Amino acid sequence: MMARRASLFVTCLVDQLFPRIGLSMAAVLERLGYTVDFPENQTCCGQPAFNSGYPEEARRVARHFLNVFETSESIVVPSGSCASMIVLHFGELFASDPEACRRARELASRVWEFSAFLTEAARVEDVGARLEEVATFHDGCHALRELGIRNAPRRLLSHVRGLELREMDPAEECCGFGGTFSVKFAALSGAMARDKVEAIVRTGARTVISLDLSCLMQIQGALSRAGLNIRTLHLAEVLASH
Amino acid sequence: MKSRDAILARVRTALGHALTPEVNPPDANHAPPDPPAARLRIPEMGMEARISTFMASLEKLAATARRAASPAEAGDIVRQLVENRRAVASNAPYLEVCGVTRFPGVRSGVGGRVELRQLCASADVGITSADYALADTGTLVLLSGPHEARMISLLPPAHIAVLPCERLLSGLDELFAVLPDPAALTSSMVLITGPSRTADIEQTLVRGVHGPGQVTVVLVG
Amino acid sequence: MSLEFDRKIEQTLADSRLQQAIYSATGRFKQARLNVIAPDVLPDYQELRAQANRLKQYTLDHLDHYLEQFERNVEAHGGHVIFAQDGTEVADFVLSVAKARGARLIVKSKSMTTEEIDLNERLEHHGLEAVETDFGEYILQLAHERPYHIVAPALHKTRYDVAEILNQRLQVPHETVIEKQAAIARAALREKFLAADIGISGANFLVADSGAVVVVENEGNARLTTSAPNIHVAIAGIEKLIPRAQDLAIFLKLLARSATGQPLTVYTSFLAGPRREGEVDGPGEFYVVLLDNGRTKLLADQEKRQSLYCIRCGACLNTCPVYRKIGGHSFPWIYSGPIGAILTPQFLGREKEPSLPFASSLCGACAEVCPVKIDIPKLLLQLRAEVRESPRGASGSRWEKLAFRIFAWLMCHPRAYEMAGRIAASLAGSENGSWLRSLPWFLNRGPLRAWLSRRDLPPPPPRSFRQLWRQR
Repeated sequence: MMARRASLFVTCLVDQLFPRIGLSMAAVLERLGYTVDFPENQTCCGQPAFNSGYPEEARRVARHFLNVFETSESIVVPSGSCASMIVLHFGELFASDPEACRRARELASRVWEFSAFLTEAARVEDVGARLEEVATFHDGCHALRELGIRNAPRRLLSHVRGLELREMDPAEECCGFGGTFSVKFAALSGAMARDKVEAIVRTGARTVISLDLSCLMQIQGALSRAGLNIRTLHLAEVLASH
Repeated sequence: MKSRDAILARVRTALGHALTPEVNPPDANHAPPDPPAARLRIPEMGMEARISTFMASLEKLAATARRAASPAEAGDIVRQLVENRRAVASNAPYLEVCGVTRFPGVRSGVGGRVELRQLCASADVGITSADYALADTGTLVLLSGPHEARMISLLPPAHIAVLPCERLLSGLDELFAVLPDPAALTSSMVLITGPSRTADIEQTLVRGVHGPGQVTVVLVG
Repeated sequence: MSLEFDRKIEQTLADSRLQQAIYSATGRFKQARLNVIAPDVLPDYQELRAQANRLKQYTLDHLDHYLEQFERNVEAHGGHVIFAQDGTEVADFVLSVAKARGARLIVKSKSMTTEEIDLNERLEHHGLEAVETDFGEYILQLAHERPYHIVAPALHKTRYDVAEILNQRLQVPHETVIEKQAAIARAALREKFLAADIGISGANFLVADSGAVVVVENEGNARLTTSAPNIHVAIAGIEKLIPRAQDLAIFLKLLARSATGQPLTVYTSFLAGPRREGEVDGPGEFYVVLLDNGRTKLLADQEKRQSLYCIRCGACLNTCPVYRKIGGHSFPWIYSGPIGAILTPQFLGREKEPSLPFASSLCGACAEVCPVKIDIPKLLLQLRAEVRESPRGASGSRWEKLAFRIFAWLMCHPRAYEMAGRIAASLAGSENGSWLRSLPWFLNRGPLRAWLSRRDLPPPPPRSFRQLWRQR
């Protein structure tokens, strides 16, 4: 079998705060026969600046991203919000620069959120994972509404041996992170997180899985505050388990 | 005039249009180029399907649906419904056909605006026909005219509408297909979909807030 | 954010009864909408949305033409069109009609546009009595409050509140059964309908090819308002225009479903002028007031012009996790929720509430439900950038601007970024969250502390991903 290549864009949050998510993602890809590389000069997708109303600063970071990943065949991202930033919003950022815009559009076709990469590019649903657990899945808003990712992670999780997945009700509710929103409107963000925690508790799950670290941090924080013994795991960590 | 000119000028400037339009004077029905095509999708719906869909829609709305095989039978139904009640009927010819206007206790043929209003304000039930009905939503379509006054289906606490099934359309799309220019015919076309209602306080449903709380449709044929 | 906004949010979050009321009312609308737009119920829902968006775009692109066509057709049917630049001109017009006809009593049906210009206050100031006739609005008028939600104005009121209000303002016995409260309102308002000289309504749509005003409702008060008095004045923003009567087949299908989950509202009135020859009832005089009040300003902004597509269904409010927590009265203007967040800075200026565009997690639920496909999150991002660009901006934003300049520089210089990461990691204490206290001072500010106080964070790991990767 010819070796397929995948480049990792781990995201700044994973790089600095939860490296094991990046390692898990690499492990799963390697298990599937991919040759994985990590372009060293990568940093961030620029979303924090973009969402806070600093498009010029975001543009600079986006340009750097374009350069770093110029030659990568497939770029795999363990984050719905970062993937949607690159795929959907880089083009907006470069609206008045046709050349950069073209590069951004071209790049977008090579960028994949992790679960979408597995199911659509690698065409795999069973990655040989095992995790004995009762879990629930939280849909991050960017993955859900901007990228339309809903089934891919669920199909992947359905093949994890020993995993019982329960759905939340209400489902598809925002966890309240929203980047600087959680800082500027802390009380409101916290109230939204508490609603999410209540929905989680109602499922009886012991683990919350998501494909966005920012959501997981928000939810984990609220779970700890509530004194609950429920953990959060990134999808990559679940799929890497065996 | 001043405000009209100011606003139109601001609109034209905002849109990047010439401040004095080139077509002068503008043709009353001159349309700008390339309007999105009107899209009316009329489903295939035989008469029986229309009737059963219409009756089912009415039930869902907590309106009462009655079927009559003939105008005479419709008349009988109405007579029972208005027994011992003060009723006002519109001048719709179809009501005449059903014999409704002959019942004691039913006032009809009222031509004065003020008199009609007073009658409707003190009546227990208003009886009208309907120009059309819409099967998919259980809707009555009433056009104001010498044959139908507005107040009859509005002021009394109960409303009875009698119409032949031929007037039953599939839905809104068909309505605007057969009636693309209601304004040419009337100053008021009203679509009535069930009894008046509100849920403004504590989401609690109350019927008959201002308009009739009881709607009965007698479909003939 | 302003102290006022912060205070109102805090107040609402702390009121658990109100939280419950907001949540259950919006939840009901939200679920009802889902039921009637489901693929097996309305299979062409997405296509209808796309059509509605295209029609609105097209109409606004040719608004001058449609305004003139509408005017011609209203006049052809015996009505009159008045253009009003602002609320004062609207009030002046109504007052002039009232004066000419010796009118004293006005009945009103629900209209956000008239709330926008405080019409009732202006009319009352000149000695006219203007009575709201929508049940919820009537209660609010008696209580001197503004609406809480576009479609459910009194969702924050309990039956006990209503009993209190009716008892005090109408001198009726204390009555807590809602059905009976509605009967009291019905009787009181019926008197007004039948005695009123002028009926003022809004318009959900203005139909250019017909010169018609379309009003949708469930109670029947709009029908009475527009049919009982001899004068009908419809007041509507210039953006309410649609080209043809048959376009209603699209818009009517979307409006009620998106608003309350009904396939159609109980009444839809299509009103084209005063009563015609042979018609027994209806008004003898018909006026349509077309209001600008800043709409032409929005029209000029190509990107944000889509804010004018709004058909005031309230679906965005019902689905917004922020609205569902802070409610309508936390917002600074009568338009609340996501649509309010994009309209307020554009109509009233960014300074009205500079943090308003930031009061969103950008979850995108609003854009998903908008029947006319307004890209609300995109407009919020644009408004955020505009707030940041403006010389005054929000307080504290000089430091934030600097912080993001540094952020951008670091993110373009991988070695420096890595260094910064290592420094932060080495400063981390072992205590939960304490490492953040040792962050550079301009990042360790009030809001960050506030965020921290509500959640516990583990300290950063000793080695970053890139360090671990190198060691493989």
